[in-house]
Amino acid sequence: MRRFLLRRLLWLALTVWALITLSFCLMRAGPGGPSSSERLAPALEADGAALYHLDWPLWRRYFHYLGPLNLDERGLFGDRSRLLGGALCGDLGPSLRQRDFRVDQILAQSLPVSIELSLLALLGAIAVGLPAGILAGLVPRSRADVLLRTLAMLGTVLPNFVIAALLLLVLALWLRVLPVAGYGSARHLVLPAIALGAPFAACIARLARAGLLEALARDHIRTAIAFGLPPWRIVVGHALQSACLPVVSYLGPAAAGVLTGSLVIERIFAIPGAGSQLVGSALAGDYTLALGVTLVYTLLVYTLNTLVDLFYPLLDPRIALEEP
Amino acid sequence: MAPVQTRRLRHGWSLDAEGLDLALAAARRARGTSLASHAWRRLRSDKAAWRSLLFLALLVLASFLAPLLPLPSPMAPRLRSEPQPPVWPWVQPYDERFRPEYWDLHALDAWMVAARVELFGALQSGPWLGTDAQGRDLLSRLVWGSRTSILLALAAALTSLAFGVSYGALAGLAGGRTASLMMRVVDVLCALPFTFVVLFVLVLLHAPRDAALSARFVSREQVLFVAVGAAWWLTMARVVRAQVAALMRSEFVQAARALGARKLRILWMHIVPNVLPVVLVQLALTLPAVVLFEALLSFLGLGIEPPRVSWGLLAADGIEALNPLRIYWWLVLFPALAMGSALLALELLAGGLRGALDTRGHGEVA
Amino acid sequence: MSVLEVEHLSVRFDTPRGALQAVSDVSFTLEEERTLGLVGESGAGKSVTALALLRLLPTSARVETGSARFEGLELLALGERELRRLRGRRIALLRQDPLCALDPLSTIGRQLGEVLVTHLALRRRQARQRCARALAEVGLPDSERHLDRYPHELSGAERQRVLLAMALLCDPRVLVVDEPSSALDVTLQAQMLDLIERLQERHGTAVLLLTRDLGLAARACQRVLVMYAGRVVEEAPAEALFAGPLHPYTRGLIESLPRFDAPPGQPLRPIPGVAPDPLVPLAGCAFAPRCALAGAHCRAEVPPLEPWRRGEAGLGLSIASERRAACFEKARIALPSSAGKGPRA
Repeated sequence: MRRFLLRRLLWLALTVWALITLSFCLMRAGPGGPSSSERLAPALEADGAALYHLDWPLWRRYFHYLGPLNLDERGLFGDRSRLLGGALCGDLGPSLRQRDFRVDQILAQSLPVSIELSLLALLGAIAVGLPAGILAGLVPRSRADVLLRTLAMLGTVLPNFVIAALLLLVLALWLRVLPVAGYGSARHLVLPAIALGAPFAACIARLARAGLLEALARDHIRTAIAFGLPPWRIVVGHALQSACLPVVSYLGPAAAGVLTGSLVIERIFAIPGAGSQLVGSALAGDYTLALGVTLVYTLLVYTLNTLVDLFYPLLDPRIALEEP
Repeated sequence: MAPVQTRRLRHGWSLDAEGLDLALAAARRARGTSLASHAWRRLRSDKAAWRSLLFLALLVLASFLAPLLPLPSPMAPRLRSEPQPPVWPWVQPYDERFRPEYWDLHALDAWMVAARVELFGALQSGPWLGTDAQGRDLLSRLVWGSRTSILLALAAALTSLAFGVSYGALAGLAGGRTASLMMRVVDVLCALPFTFVVLFVLVLLHAPRDAALSARFVSREQVLFVAVGAAWWLTMARVVRAQVAALMRSEFVQAARALGARKLRILWMHIVPNVLPVVLVQLALTLPAVVLFEALLSFLGLGIEPPRVSWGLLAADGIEALNPLRIYWWLVLFPALAMGSALLALELLAGGLRGALDTRGHGEVA
Repeated sequence: MSVLEVEHLSVRFDTPRGALQAVSDVSFTLEEERTLGLVGESGAGKSVTALALLRLLPTSARVETGSARFEGLELLALGERELRRLRGRRIALLRQDPLCALDPLSTIGRQLGEVLVTHLALRRRQARQRCARALAEVGLPDSERHLDRYPHELSGAERQRVLLAMALLCDPRVLVVDEPSSALDVTLQAQMLDLIERLQERHGTAVLLLTRDLGLAARACQRVLVMYAGRVVEEAPAEALFAGPLHPYTRGLIESLPRFDAPPGQPLRPIPGVAPDPLVPLAGCAFAPRCALAGAHCRAEVPPLEPWRRGEAGLGLSIASERRAACFEKARIALPSSAGKGPRA
């Protein structure tokens, strides 16, 4: 177990390093520096150059950017209290477009909002999808089952912004039961959470149903039936656990998907989360913020995947912890 | 198949000439069905998948022939600023005629538009699905948008096919440490949340508003194309590698090697036909994902830019136009229906393909 | 004393390709503390017969006719709930594939315990003790530890013993053993059989043994029914059957066995032809196309299962020694004078 975690951490470190280095290279390779799109007075431009250390040799810029040692005069070579810096310590630099803020400040403000929304969506997806899928699996080919499968198919197939648009149309504009956009009260999170979680609820329902049907078709169920065990005991005791396995292993990709989907949903519903920051930074060319958000999301997804992988052997004793 | 007549044999093993003839005649009468025809038959019997295939074929045809259809221009803005709801009488209430200057196209398309003018003259369809805020006809935009979306989806899917299949096949054939290493790379790449990385790359390659520098750049669309294609080659590579590795270990390949077949022959005769179904199914699964991704990027404004049109852009326009005062439902509903039905059809087709190509032969025995 | 009486059982499957007559007119009687063997090749209808008794067949199966009387109950008329009470408790089934028969996600103890809790409503501690005892009885040493293990931690043979223990947990009157040899090698097979015999003596269980293996049937059963294409073609005490088979099919089977004492170079003698396609209904004897003795009568009409010698039925001879065969030509079959050697290969 320790070795497994160690390997995972190693890969994560490698991935993070790769991302940071990639961004550094691309930033250097791209046209101009951070201030290329504006014409500044020479004095201000010199200031900008000093701020971004454009006069330093490349290797020094890279290591200063990377961290963890702050190669600034105020850091390693001067003020000892500012010894650590750079991307590895969480200092991702100033935002290039939102001039008053540093990246970590923006993240600190917007990340909790995103996490709140994503968590709500994911939990809602499980709470709706899992029971629906299991119930449908218990009565295959019935009308309820067909209804569920159709709904689930629509849910997986439609992009989440289309679902969001349709929900907005019906619930917010036509029936006027929920607010159109914004962030503030709990009501504001209902529509976004539904729109964000719906595709995943659909997918979970399908997985649960398929898992249950497959579990019920296995040999040991026939044994249980041959030994006269009552149906409820067979389903709950033997089939349910197998049925939940595909759902659990789906949680990793589902979490990644929820985070991805939140980009769009936050935009539509004007929720000030990290996703809308990312999109804004993409449109404005704000490299540092983009890197910051990407790093954080990568970390999140990676951690979630690792947690799911750790949890899986508890459910299925046949699986030993595998190499990542 | 008629039951085989067996001949009552006396003791012993050897067949006399008559018995041999009987056996040969029976063998000639028996006709197996090849896997491909079997799969085709099963696909046809799956009604949902078959209808989806027809629908998609129709869609592709319509989008290809878009310039031939008597639709208004998808790009020309009109002076009205308010979206118009769908108008149902099928006579054109448009007071405008077909204007060639509204069409900005290259060779083949221009030829098709010219042909359309010959066929239909100045006839144009009315705003059957309504117009958007700039007066552009929605139906026309949907049809023309499907071209971009479909082209991009196909191109990206084929890119992912090319990369994924070659990488996966190489890994599967190489085996051992090389394969492990190759798949480790894939695993690491898979661990990155893909959309973010793509966005991030787009940011970095984002042409600054400064026109002078944009000449140096690859166009946004080319990046998009590569990015979207690059997304799904990972899954394809994994799937192909798993299948090739399994095939290399399978008994019939080992039997072929034991019989002395050369590697190339094994590759061509055994591996390729058995990898093909898996690749096809994966392709059918990749297409909707690619369409979705393109729609996502265009929706966010990072994909297709106006004046070109794609379904993602249409969805974005629709949502932007939503406001509590006047509900422009047609701008949301019709793109949603179009996208939904196309993706649904792809999904059903993928399901049908998977069922049809499953070689394990289920459900036939009592 | 007879425990289970089956009469004229017929089972049909409704498949998309037509009706499949799996079992036709099968009758037999199971006696206490005795083993009855159902012998036949794959597809002859043995498993279907046994599964039909407990209504464990897939939904496409229809029991057309017949009756199965067990302890005064008509099995084929019972509702699902009553059948559930019998399954595992009074009539236990040991299926042929032990490898996948156990739930991989529960411990052995839990699975065994469930049977006890369901049928005997025992409390957990009592159930655990009884399970441990059952495991010890089937020859799994250190049974307490086995209770907490998962199926994938045991070998195939051990798993089969666990299933045997499960079958005998509630002390059933009838044990149906389906192909006990197919998953095991010969030494383990012998052990299994010994085990079943011992348990049979101890508990007085009646055993219905389904097998393709003639040697197994000869060894383990007191009485044997030979099935072909869904019908019983011969029925006799085991020793008499193997010493002097009556039906041409049984003869063919026994003659096709390789003999230990045969001179080297002697060719094997298989039964010519192939088993009939069950979807194609045949008039007449199913074995006729392959039978050297078949005449026109055989192809026209299905021969009934009749006692061998005229006037033998109901003459006070016990059922155990009665011989029956379904062949019109049995008069032409001479019983070999040397009734000594059985088919022990």
